[in-house]
This record gives sequence, structure tokens and C-alpha cells, in this order.
Amino acid sequence: MRRKNIEERIFKSLAAAATYLIIAVLLFLIVVILKNGLRALDWGMLTKVPQGGFYFGEEGGILNAIVGSFYLALGATFLAFIIGLPVALYMNIHLLRQRFWLNRIRFLLDVLWGVPSIVYGAFGFTLMLLLGLRASLLAGILTVTLLIVPIMIRSMDEVLQTIPRGLLESAYALGSTRSEVAIKVYIRQALPGVITALLLSFGRGIGDAAAVLFTAGYTDYIPTSLNQPTATLPLAIFFQLSSPIPAVRERAYASAVVLTVIILIVSLAARLLSAKYREHVIK
Amino acid sequence: MNDTIIGIHHLNVTHAGTPILKDVNLEIPRNRVTVILGPSGCGKTTLLKCLNRLIDIYNGLDVSGQIYLDGEEILNRRNDLTRIRQKMGLLSQRPYPLPMSIFDNVAYGLKIQGLRNRDELADRVEFYLRQVNLWEEVKDRLKSPATRLSIGQQQRLCLARGLAVEPEIILADEPTSALDPLSSTCIEEQFMKLKRDYTILIVTHIMRQARRLADHVIFIYLGEVIEQGTPTQIFDHPQHPTTKQYLRVGH
Amino acid sequence: MHRRKIIDRLISGWMAAGLFFVLMIPLAIGLGLVLKSLPILKILALPELLGGSIWKPLSGQFGFKPFILSSVYVTLISFLIAGPVCLLSAIYLTQYASRRLLSLMQPVIDILAGIPSVVYGVWGVLVIVPFVIRLAELREVAISGYCLLSGGIVLAVMSIPFILNILIEVIQAIPIELKEASLSVGASYWETIKWVLLRAGFSGIMAAFGLGISKALGETIAVLMVVGNVVQIPQSLFEAGYPLPALIANNYGEMMSIPLYDSALMFGALILFVIIVLFNGLARLAINHGERYR
Ligand SMILES: Nc1ncnc2c1ncn2[C@@H]1O[C@H](COP(=O)(O)OP(=O)(O)OP(=O)(O)O)[C@@H](O)[C@H]1O
Ligand SMILES: [Mg+2]
Repeated sequence: MRRKNIEERIFKSLAAAATYLIIAVLLFLIVVILKNGLRALDWGMLTKVPQGGFYFGEEGGILNAIVGSFYLALGATFLAFIIGLPVALYMNIHLLRQRFWLNRIRFLLDVLWGVPSIVYGAFGFTLMLLLGLRASLLAGILTVTLLIVPIMIRSMDEVLQTIPRGLLESAYALGSTRSEVAIKVYIRQALPGVITALLLSFGRGIGDAAAVLFTAGYTDYIPTSLNQPTATLPLAIFFQLSSPIPAVRERAYASAVVLTVIILIVSLAARLLSAKYREHVIK
Repeated sequence: MNDTIIGIHHLNVTHAGTPILKDVNLEIPRNRVTVILGPSGCGKTTLLKCLNRLIDIYNGLDVSGQIYLDGEEILNRRNDLTRIRQKMGLLSQRPYPLPMSIFDNVAYGLKIQGLRNRDELADRVEFYLRQVNLWEEVKDRLKSPATRLSIGQQQRLCLARGLAVEPEIILADEPTSALDPLSSTCIEEQFMKLKRDYTILIVTHIMRQARRLADHVIFIYLGEVIEQGTPTQIFDHPQHPTTKQYLRVGH
Repeated sequence: MHRRKIIDRLISGWMAAGLFFVLMIPLAIGLGLVLKSLPILKILALPELLGGSIWKPLSGQFGFKPFILSSVYVTLISFLIAGPVCLLSAIYLTQYASRRLLSLMQPVIDILAGIPSVVYGVWGVLVIVPFVIRLAELREVAISGYCLLSGGIVLAVMSIPFILNILIEVIQAIPIELKEASLSVGASYWETIKWVLLRAGFSGIMAAFGLGISKALGETIAVLMVVGNVVQIPQSLFEAGYPLPALIANNYGEMMSIPLYDSALMFGALILFVIIVLFNGLARLAINHGERYR
């Protein structure tokens, strides 16, 4: 009896320790990133593109990367939305009774979700050459779209699945066609989920480095057309960090703060928005 | 003859301010079958879970009052829950065999108690499986997973698992509601047999079953005990209007 | 009336086309990578490619063993750290902790999971690399700190939110009646966890680990930033490694001029793709199967 209790005590303390360790690591991570980054962060970094001598620690900022990342992530999120929303709706309206196929499609999407972004990057590069494109905003957007489409579909699908069947049936009873049901009933019901999915995909798109490494190129200017290469925040961080000059590395830390803050805002917004919209949804 | 094994005094259970059980006072007679009746959601399951303190594992439930088991207060004591729980076997609405072999399901409680001797374990497992009339059906596949048994067999296995730790009391929460008529009868027969040596508390919605088994009947409505007595009193001469109505619909 | 029908047809067609497109993605990736790796597969045999340890693209020698081993080591280290921590924490959160701690943990997991790989890399450079140098000093080894151990630790931290999230779901899906059954025959909490919950959740737990491992295998930037990137078969935790994703990421720019280099890197991507899809698929199957079982 004694020994059993001691064993339980030990494991319970270990388990508690593991949990608090995880919380501590998160806090530590954020503190380290902020502490190092805020030192080098100034207004110029956010509002200027790199000037001459930027990569030796002189004047300039990362506006090119910030704007580039937004263009890229917005473009990809938009494309993924155009493809993803219809697919999620199709699965939950047209294929509702095809359990066999639905299961297989979901399985495939889950597996796709797990494919690493470097593979998408390599594939995107091949595709880019095939389409006769060069490293550009467009090629980057296409690659990131491939990356986030499964995420988009699956997270919208999870929400659509919770819509009660009765709603679908009563809409049919009123004589709606299937696409009318999709647009008028399902999208409204799933709005919080759709918004969460959009933000989730946007966050994933803006933070990913490996997929855009070969496809988006890199430039000091803000792109003005889809055919121009574009800088991205993750790559800006990556390149600056590998510089031997301390002042440039400091800027990498500052850029990391910018990226982290963007991601935190996006995930906070996802939480708040979906909580707010959920009030209007029939459970 | 009027020997009390469990005494419940002023038992209150609330969830976020809403009462689930309201000031329950009961005496459960030893070596008798006590049947608990009442409409769905009135708190029967909650009452049983208070007795073996499984109520503890649910968050957000406040329990107050006293429960005496053989004169010992069990509700507000922190220590040695395991000993208290071993005094009561539990049979739930649906059978939940543990994720292990048939043999290990029965041996589980014994091993927990510290019994390690293989021959003795085997003897006891056989004994309890025989007691619930399951031995002949499973003796050749003791090592196969318990989940492969039919539902009725699983329920008997769960009974054997509970009996193996030699409890004094059996708590049965609608033990036959998931079973076919034949398996139900089988379980019911077990109870008739066990009646001599155990105190049995059984929740059921089946009036005829209640009548066949009961020595003592308790009727709960909206968390309150509103009537109790012998089967003749309750079934043939119910006093409370709610009981009357419930019995009329139930027949 | 007619117009509504036509619109319905059009929209449904668009939806079906989208689905078809999405279902083609994995096929296209697989096919694309295979086609691109064909040139090198024609010249070098599979065992030579996978088992060879010499990597000299200029002289046409492409042995993937150093990269494969580095990937395996880094992933293994990360798993040895993240696996137990996540399992313990999931047990604590679902069995012992208060509701409040569990709901506090949800945003922690979300935030950790959302932080981009490259930020983890920065953190690794700032914190883990110096930490590993200090660790090595204790054992009187002088190193740069950019090594397998650093990569493994950073990867571990990155996989924690991912694995933990699935583990919590898996454990919460176990019916509470099983726990009741075990407790009611006198088992303690710990015995119930050990003998019942871990068994009932076994396939789900393995699946969570499998998904975690496959995620770690494909992680690129963060690992690349701290792992050293030296082509060698690492002999100790403190030596630099060169995992497959880092190989691909580091060499894409220059590959065009060297014959077969392009094809070799694509072959590397193909290896990753195949292994990860396998792992992922098996883990997902285990999870789905577990759900059906209940
Ligand atoms: N863990 C819990 N948290 C909140 N409320 C609970 C909890 N357990 C039970 N309740 C509530 O307590 C009331 C009584 O539940 P209980 O399960 O005891 O009913 P019952 O009499 O067994 O019903 P049935 O005949 O349907 O099994 C119900 O209203 C239920 O919603
Ligand atoms: Mg009940």
C-alpha cells in the first residue's frame, strides 16, 4: 500500500512538472524573442525598405518583407478560400450520404495536412518551371495555396459537420436547390468556422519559410506586380540571422518580433471573432 | 432483522447551485435487495455514485451530508477510498469491460489487492466466473479480449469482476437495460442467488423486475425521496400522488 | 425556374471541380517528384543512393546515408524529449488538474503551435545553442553548439503543442465508465491510469506519437538554423548533422549548374514525402480505427 502511494506521488509530481514546464517554455520563448527583438526594433524598420548598406547594418527597414508577406499570404488565403469553401460545402451537402467516400476524402486531406512545407516548396518549384514562371509573387502564392488548401478545407469541414441535418432538410422542403442551401444556409451557419479557417490558413501562410524559399525569390523592393519576386518575413529573418554582422543579426531578432506579433494578433482575432459570431448560430 | 448497513443523512448534491439530490435520508437494510425507482434524471445514478464516492471524479459537483457504512462515515473522509470502494461492486447501465483479457478483467481487482499467486488467481477467477454462470462459455478463451464477448456475457463478466473483490454491497444501475430479455433474466437470476450473501441496491425502470427482486423500495422524484417501504406498500398502496402516477404509467 | 437550375448546375460543377483538383494534389506531388528523380534513379541504384555515405555532387556521387541518419537522429532526440513530456502532461491535464488549468492550457497550446518555424529557429540560436555549449563544457568538450542535440531540442519544443493536443483528445475520448469500473474495484487513480487508460488509449497514443514524429521529420527551417549542416555521419549528440529537409533547402539555388544535382535533391524530397505520407497515413488509420472501436 505504501509503495503504491509513493509511486503515484512520484508520477503525479512528474506529470505536473511536465505541464508547468510546457507553460514555462512558452513564456520563456516569448520573453526571449521580445527582449532581444525590441532592442533593435524602431519605427524605421517598419516603415522603410532596405537602403544602401542595409545588409552591413546601415539605414533601412523590412517594409518590403512585411508587405511582401501580406501580399503573399492574402493571395494564397484568397485562392485557397475559392477552392476550399466549395469543396467543404460539396463534401457536406452533395456527398452527405456517401460515407465511404467522405471518410476517404477526409483521410486524404489529413494526410496532405501532414506533408511538410519543404516538399510543397520543391514541388512548387517544379510546377513553376513547368508553367514557365520564374520566382515571383505569383509562384509563391500558388505554392502556399497548395500548402494551406487542406488546412482550409478540413477546418471548415469540421464546422460544417456540426450543422444539424434538420436544417438541410427544412431548406430542401422549402424548395431550395442544393447550391442555394449551400450559400444561404450553410455559409451563414458556418461563418465563425469559416473565419477561423481563414485566419488559421493566413497565419500558416505568413509564417512558412520553406515553401517560399525557392518560389517567391527575394528583393529589396515592394513588388508591384505578380510577376516580380517578393521578400517575405520568415526569409528576411532567416537571411539576416545568417549574417556575420551583429547589427544585422539584431535586426533578425526585431523581425522575429514583428512576425510573432502578427501571428499572435491573427490567432487572437480568430478566437475572438469565432466566439462573437457563434452567438448567432443555431446549435 | 432491521439491521442497517448504509445510513444516509442529509445528503445534498448540487451542480452550480442547482440541486441534484435534496436532503436525502435513507437507511439501507443489510442483506436485502433495495430497489430505487424514479423517473429519468431524478438523481438515482448520482445517489449510487455518492455511495462509492465515484462522484469525486466529476468536476463541479458539491456534495454535503453524511453517509455511514457499517457505522463509519465515508463521505467526508479523505483517506483510503480504495478500501471503501472495494466494499461495493458496481454494475453499470452498459457493460464496460476493461481493455484486457477475460481472465485479467476478473483478476484485475485481486491483483490490485496484492494477490500475486498464479494458482490462487486462477482458482478465484474460475470461482467467480462460475458464480455468474459464465465459466462454461469462456473457459476455452480466457486469454482473448473481453470486448469480443456478447453484451450479455460482458455484463456477467462485469458482475464477476465486481464480485471478485468480495464486496458486501452490490450497486447496480439499470443493469439489464442494455440486454436482451434472455440475458436480462440471467442477470436477474444472479441477483436472486446473491441476495443471501450481499446487500443489493438496484436502480431499474422495469416494474416487474422491481417487484420480483425487491425487499425494500425507494421512490425518488426530482432529487427527493418522496416515498419508501416494502414492495406491498409501494406497489399496492402508494401514498404519494406522484408515485401513484408513475406506477400507473409504468405498468 | 430554369435559370435557378442552371445556376445550381454551374455551382455544383465548380464545387466538384474544386474537389477533383484537391484530390489530385497528392497524386501530382508524388508523380512530379518521381518524374524528377528518374534521371538519378536511372544512373544510380536505390541501395547505392540510400546506403552510400559519400556526397560529392561534382563527381557524381550521391550517397544519402548521412542525411537520412541525421534526420533519424534529430527526430529521435526530439521524440525522446517530447514524447514523455507530452504523455505526462496530457495525463496530468485530463486526470489530475483542475478544469481551469486545462482551459488555460488550450491557448498555450494554440500559441505554441502557431509560432512560425523560423521564430523557433531564432529562439534556438539565442537560447538552445548556448545552452548546449554549456552542457558540452560540463563534459569538457568544446563545440560550436550547432549540433544534433540543439536541433533535437528545438524540434521537441516545436512538436510538443502538436502531440499534446492530439493526446488530450485521445484520452478525453476514453469513456469515463472505464475509469469508474476500475476505481470501483478499488484501484487508485494511478493504477487506473496505468492499467486502464493507457491501454484503452494505446492506439491513439501511438498515433499521436506517429504524427509527431512525421511532423518532426519534415520540419525544415528551425532545424536547419541550429543543426550545423555538415555532411557527415554524426557520431555523438554534440556533432553537427545535416537532415534531409535542410539539404534540400540549402542547395536549391545552386543546383542548376551541376548535372543530376537537381534530380538528387528531388529524390531527397521524394524520400521525405513517401516516409511522411506512410507515417501519417498509418497514424490516421489508427486514430480512425480507435474512434470506430468506441
Ligand atoms: N457530472 C454532472 N454534472 C452536472 N450535472 C449532472 C452531473 N451528473 C448528473 N447531473 C444531473 O443530475 C441530474 C440527475 O442525474 P442522474 O444521472 O443521477 O439521473 P438518473 O436518475 O440516474 O436518470 P436516468 O434514469 O436517466 O439514468 C440530471 O439532471 C443530470 O443532468
Ligand atoms: Mg442513471
